[in-house]
Amino acid sequence: MSHHETKDLDVPAKKAVESGAGEPIREGLIYEPHVDIIEDKEAITLFADLPGVAKDGVDIDVKEGVLTLSAPVGPLPEGWQPLFKEYEIGGFARRFSLSEKIDTERISAKLEHGVLRLTLPKMEQHKPRKIQIT
Amino acid sequence: MARFRWHGGDELATQAARMQQELDRLLSSLRPGGSLWSTPRADVYPAINVYKDDEGFIVRAEIPGTDPKAVDLEVTGDTLTLRGERRPPEVPDGASFHRREREFGRFRRSLTLPEQVDSSKVTASFHSGVLEVRLPHAEQAKRRRIAVKAE
Repeated sequence: MSHHETKDLDVPAKKAVESGAGEPIREGLIYEPHVDIIEDKEAITLFADLPGVAKDGVDIDVKEGVLTLSAPVGPLPEGWQPLFKEYEIGGFARRFSLSEKIDTERISAKLEHGVLRLTLPKMEQHKPRKIQIT
Repeated sequence: MARFRWHGGDELATQAARMQQELDRLLSSLRPGGSLWSTPRADVYPAINVYKDDEGFIVRAEIPGTDPKAVDLEVTGDTLTLRGERRPPEVPDGASFHRREREFGRFRRSLTLPEQVDSSKVTASFHSGVLEVRLPHAEQAKRRRIAVKAE
């Protein structure tokens, strides 16, 4: 077994979005998705856990330095009677301020196994440049 | 490993379990380091929901970012065990983290199947990061209508 380097999972419980916090509130329960945000020379990449969100169900908006994510989650199938509940079902919404200028034309997104991967390429002139001393 | 105790369709037992769960949540929120002061942490992973429909029971778990091929479901006797791993994304060299909220690692969870389930017919699917296990009722537990013959 080559699992010795992995640790057991310890995941924070879902966090409900507080109303009045400037978050876009819709009908029903809305949760803040857990995210990882990484930055390299070329882009800012955001990973968000969005379990239960359909492929075409994510709304991404970048405007005036603010990135808004929202993703509703559909209702339970008809005739399902809940017996035991450890987690609540709701949509997701979260807002981020962007410190970098983003090339909105080149934003790409991919949703796989309930995880959104959003690539926000930086504007050319905002990329760090090496200046040669001659 | 957390073990899930099945309460099946027994409404009273389900209610009792729910009340216990609420109480636990309340008590843990009052403890220093509990959810009133810090980010609440789930005691177990993954959290599961159990539903019932005409066909049987449905167990759902949110495990986003898990490759369904890396999820292992096993039925031994009356126990259903779910194992898997959430692997971190590949980070390019020289990248820095602005936020790091997602957790990775292995998980394992077991639950006891109710007696009236046909364990040989258990099926599972995985959509959008949600695992769904179907536990159909055993034939003999299905509701049948018995006609009363008049003499």
